[in-house]
Amino acid sequence: MSEPIIKIENLHKWFPVRRTITQILKGEYVWVKAVDDITFNINQGEIFGLVGESGCGKTTTGKLLMKLLEPTDGKIIFKGKDVTHLEANKLKEYRRNVQMVFQDPYASMNPRFRAQEVLEEPLIIHQVGETRAEREKIVRRSLEEVRLIPPEEFMQRFPHMLSGGQRQRVATARTLVLSPSMIVADEPVSMIDLSTRAEILHMMKTVQRELGLTYLYITHDLSTARYFTDRIAVMYLGKIVEMGGADEIIDNALHPYTKALIAAVCEPIPGRSNIIKEVPIKGEIPSAANIPPGCRFHPRCLYAKPRCQEEEPILKEVESGHQVACHYLFD
Amino acid sequence: MVDTDNVLKVENLKINFFTRKGIVYAVDDISFTLKKGETLGLVGESGCGKTTTVLGLMKMVPTPGEIIGGRILIGGKDIIPLSENEMRKKVRWEKISMVFQGAMNCLTPVYTIEKQMMETIQEHKNIDRLQAKKCIINYLNLVGLPEDTIRRYPHELSGGMKQRIVIATALFLEPKIVICDEPTTALDVVVQAQIINLIKRLKKKLGLSVIFITHDLATEAEVADRLLVMYAGKLVEIGTNEQIYGKQGLRHPYTEKLLKASPRLHEKVEELSFIPGTPPNLVDPPSGCRFHPRCSEAMERCKKDEPPLIEVEPEHRIACWRNHYE
Repeated sequence: MSEPIIKIENLHKWFPVRRTITQILKGEYVWVKAVDDITFNINQGEIFGLVGESGCGKTTTGKLLMKLLEPTDGKIIFKGKDVTHLEANKLKEYRRNVQMVFQDPYASMNPRFRAQEVLEEPLIIHQVGETRAEREKIVRRSLEEVRLIPPEEFMQRFPHMLSGGQRQRVATARTLVLSPSMIVADEPVSMIDLSTRAEILHMMKTVQRELGLTYLYITHDLSTARYFTDRIAVMYLGKIVEMGGADEIIDNALHPYTKALIAAVCEPIPGRSNIIKEVPIKGEIPSAANIPPGCRFHPRCLYAKPRCQEEEPILKEVESGHQVACHYLFD
Repeated sequence: MVDTDNVLKVENLKINFFTRKGIVYAVDDISFTLKKGETLGLVGESGCGKTTTVLGLMKMVPTPGEIIGGRILIGGKDIIPLSENEMRKKVRWEKISMVFQGAMNCLTPVYTIEKQMMETIQEHKNIDRLQAKKCIINYLNLVGLPEDTIRRYPHELSGGMKQRIVIATALFLEPKIVICDEPTTALDVVVQAQIINLIKRLKKKLGLSVIFITHDLATEAEVADRLLVMYAGKLVEIGTNEQIYGKQGLRHPYTEKLLKASPRLHEKVEELSFIPGTPPNLVDPPSGCRFHPRCSEAMERCKKDEPPLIEVEPEHRIACWRNHYE
């Protein structure tokens, strides 16, 4: 793969929590460490998957990349330029380059706008296309790109007149009108029916190949991640615990958390209805306001050792491109 | 004849919705049985009538929907003629209960778990508070929750814990049939696996018969002993887990396509296949086989005649003209 299009360096996002009176008097601060020191690169033309349970910070990471949230600490470098803190006019330019597809295609569209208006709005905001006819041409082209053909038929429809899959296509088309170089897709298919899910992913992949786009694909679903992405980072409580090529992560997972996630996935294989499938993990994900000391995963880990309770493991390379943060593996 | 093996028998169930746009044939002539101690999976795309079917079994179809025909036999007795009062007192929750879709988000936020569960229990059982509390703790332990959950409010619990509480509530009156409508859909994979295990354990321990609804064939493979595949208000296939998921064998083209559209974790596929088009509008369903406009193997006959469910091997029935030899 080529040059990284975006570099994330030691990115932090801590949200302050309302304190009790004693905490205020003692001068203590309480933080929800939603994203806590993550570093990764996404290469040009790559589909990068960010996988984890709800509450692990994957959506916050997506929002930080979109500049919808200000990071507490760390750097975001996009195409060689530091974009961590941007002024309003620069931010607008950045957002032309980095667009987002949201989880719920219905909630993310104005119900009183026709598809054409939904797609035209970003063009007006970013002053792309001088005349109406010119803008219409762009709208038409991006509808064709997401295979809503013929575009005329869909341009006049309101969101409620579209099926879930068609709505998500319009949402994708909306990101494409500005010809961005990167798209952040936050669970784009989790609310879509299984039969259509494959169709949307297929469409997104085709568009990505044709236009040479880069995607950050945020999901909790490892099986679509394997099909859809080139590289995967697994997040747990605000940290990346394992990162590597998609096939490598799934066929050769090393971190106990990744292994548990893989074991938990259901597969359409016969004869499993009578087997109780043990998932090698204890309990449930703790709150990000109360992160366990040492390795964050140790209270749920079956292999935890005394060292895991004290010392936080860092990401280490085990093979070229495959990094894991776990003491158990290196002792 | 008394059927001892079948705890539930549905014959020619028809549910229509009388809307302004016309009559929606949401469930159109469905027959199936639920055997004692088995998990019956019900799969299909959204809008195919899965939830309407099971709401019909509870006689809880919302207006403007109505059961317009068929029989629902629980323990040999048809429940369709029963009045609402009789349903509430004798059947619902006692014989057949349900874990509703998204029920975990419908716990009253201002009540503790004790209070909400107490309400259900005292409404139906004639016992005092102390006994009721003991009973609640029993059921909490049964679904794997600690005793002190009883004092908590819903916002203090995780999604998985709330789902466990909803399951416990469904089991209170010791029903033998439990319907689970998408119980794992909004949960994380690890929690999903835990809930599936819980349902399996409870089924064995309490001798339950379960109807498990989901749109995800992969989840169904882990729970269901037998499966019903629904498409546009019709049953298109009934078969055992092995028959539906087995490597070879006959399947309805719809089931086949659904299976191909499910990504498998341990197999790298270059392209996932998908089902073109969208499910039909049930006010005006397609003629003949309802799947024919989306079917790649449709023949002339499929456009005209509706295929019946035909037995292709023991326990396995498919509604497709492709398998019909005359």
